[in-house]
Amino acid sequence: MGDIRVNGLGKAYKQYPSQWSRLAEWIMPTAKPRHVEHWVLRDVGFHLKEGEAVGIVGANGAGKSTLLKILAGTVRPSCGEIAVHGRIAAMLELGMGFHADFTGRQNAVMGGQLLGLSVEEILQLMPEIEAFAEIGEYIDRPVRTYSSGMQMRLAFSVATARRPDVLIVDEALSVGDSYFQHKSFERIRTFRREGTSLLIVSHDRYAIQTVCDRAILMDAGRIRMQGLPVEVLDYYNALMAERDHQAIRQTALPDGRVATISGTGEAYVVDVKLLDEQGRLADSVEVGQPVRLMVTVRTRTSIPRLVLGFMITDRLGHCIYGINTHRLDQPLEHLDAGEEIEYCFSFPARLGKGSYSVSLSLSREDSHIDKNYEWRDNALMFHVVNVRQENFVGCSWLDARAEISRHGPVTQPGTSSAASP
Amino acid sequence: MSIGIARALWSYRGFILGSVKREFQSRYRNSLLGAAWTVLQPLAMITVYTVVFSELMRMRLAGMDGPYAYSIYLCAGLLTWGLFGEILQRGQTVFLDNGNMIKKLNFPRICLPAITVINALVNFSITFSIFIAFLLVTHSFPGWVVLYALPLLAIQVAFATGLGIIAGVLNVFFRDVGQFVNVLLQFWFWFTPIVYSMETLPKSVRSWIRLNPMTPLAHAYQQIFAYRLPPDWQSIWPVAVLSVGLCLAAFLLFRRRAGEIVDEL
Repeated sequence: MGDIRVNGLGKAYKQYPSQWSRLAEWIMPTAKPRHVEHWVLRDVGFHLKEGEAVGIVGANGAGKSTLLKILAGTVRPSCGEIAVHGRIAAMLELGMGFHADFTGRQNAVMGGQLLGLSVEEILQLMPEIEAFAEIGEYIDRPVRTYSSGMQMRLAFSVATARRPDVLIVDEALSVGDSYFQHKSFERIRTFRREGTSLLIVSHDRYAIQTVCDRAILMDAGRIRMQGLPVEVLDYYNALMAERDHQAIRQTALPDGRVATISGTGEAYVVDVKLLDEQGRLADSVEVGQPVRLMVTVRTRTSIPRLVLGFMITDRLGHCIYGINTHRLDQPLEHLDAGEEIEYCFSFPARLGKGSYSVSLSLSREDSHIDKNYEWRDNALMFHVVNVRQENFVGCSWLDARAEISRHGPVTQPGTSSAASP
Repeated sequence: MSIGIARALWSYRGFILGSVKREFQSRYRNSLLGAAWTVLQPLAMITVYTVVFSELMRMRLAGMDGPYAYSIYLCAGLLTWGLFGEILQRGQTVFLDNGNMIKKLNFPRICLPAITVINALVNFSITFSIFIAFLLVTHSFPGWVVLYALPLLAIQVAFATGLGIIAGVLNVFFRDVGQFVNVLLQFWFWFTPIVYSMETLPKSVRSWIRLNPMTPLAHAYQQIFAYRLPPDWQSIWPVAVLSVGLCLAAFLLFRRRAGEIVDEL
């Protein structure tokens, strides 16, 4: 159970130049249509398998929410097929249609009824709903007195009171505080272990990477890319930086990962190397070993300002460390075309064992959103091995030292009265 | 086709009845007297009409000489018109008012007008019980003839529901409909012999008033409660047929536009 298959899905909204033209079309159905079709979703096809978690990313207006609404059944598609197996619970936007004047408890009952539960079932689940939402006595107050976080807590608790076969969540989780976010993700993970499929829209890179098996990138109503979350998110990241439609290249790396390169190309990376202290190429680095990251950059045109940044990410794409020359107060200014610049960043590799990847960015300002000359994901890979240091866990070597003082048996007054002379 | 609707309504009966209950409760939520107001309001209305028209203005009904005859005549038409008006008025905003829910949740939309109608019926039965109590207290209860009111009410509710859903769907797309219905109800009320009787009108106007589908219904209620006579079924049949037609039209319109409603809200 919990399987969604979507084929050739499209959604168009009718736009009328005026109310009168709508009236004319209603009155004369055979005359030529007076509306313009505005397609917000087109040719969308994917398969959410049982127990799979899929994240949907994309800029605002890319059609993500519309897609979820269609799957949840609130919006009817204009064309295409949807085959759903299993019970769907959907959390679209905030508050799942709460009635502001009714209390949280009444709304929970109503919400539960709309999810197809009987009153007895809801009343049975109510203690659990209350306990999970943790909104205390607010449960008996009108929902209009709730904060947005509290509404979301209650809505999530009701929607997930019984494990659905498919759970659809639309960004709503980002409203809650980090404590509740953590708690809801924990519940989602538990559901997933029990076989629930998950479809989630989020702008939170971390959420998608940790929860999802697959990601779908939506752009202007179409699916632009499907694949591993890391790859899709890298591509999306590059896409975001490229609002002026630059070419984005993705090349497969030998280990199966994908390197994404984007940017205007006004400046570009010619070479990137990781060297050890003797100046030898190092693709394997000892924990704590001093290393130098050498980057050669060339300019293609004259540019006013140049900032080079690098970011080290672990196997899962989590950022471990990142810095740029803007933050190091060493940006370059007034560069001519054809200049070649050598950068050398030296640092001790105080990292845990595992494989790491270095991404590079060439931009004008601190952030690559502003003006992106080149963004290069996975420009370099290296491994950290631990031969010399103690066998610690984690991704950061903090070089902890232990000082332990040990004392003999402490005599406590009162308990040792028999022993005193 | 109607089987699908019936099934949807049945499987969501818990939600529908729950909503009716909640709506009823919410009306008196922040009041001290609470549900007592449901009784006090119609009681006040009946008292006012009785005092003003029967006692002060000394209005008498042709052919009936009881002191309460006119007030009974008035209430018979007025209370049932109230049911009709409430269904129509609430029906035309039902989709707009619940837009929030329609956009966020997947449930049979037909539940919403069903809630509206049941709600109006609940209010009406309270009001009408007060009326019946008034009839009993004043020894003017017409007897078993009142049972004739039930099929009349069914026809009137069907008429109002059909028209209400049509107005409700159209109102989503053309907000003018809502404004129009409110204006229409004003005129409609005064073009129905509720406050006055047919006999007081000039002959030339009467035939026009007879074209109003509410006229035979109001007349039938007045026959039952004021004159203790069974209704004239001959004049009711066309209204019944019209009601069925309206419900059918409402159903077809609703089915055709249900998807678009969400897009418009």
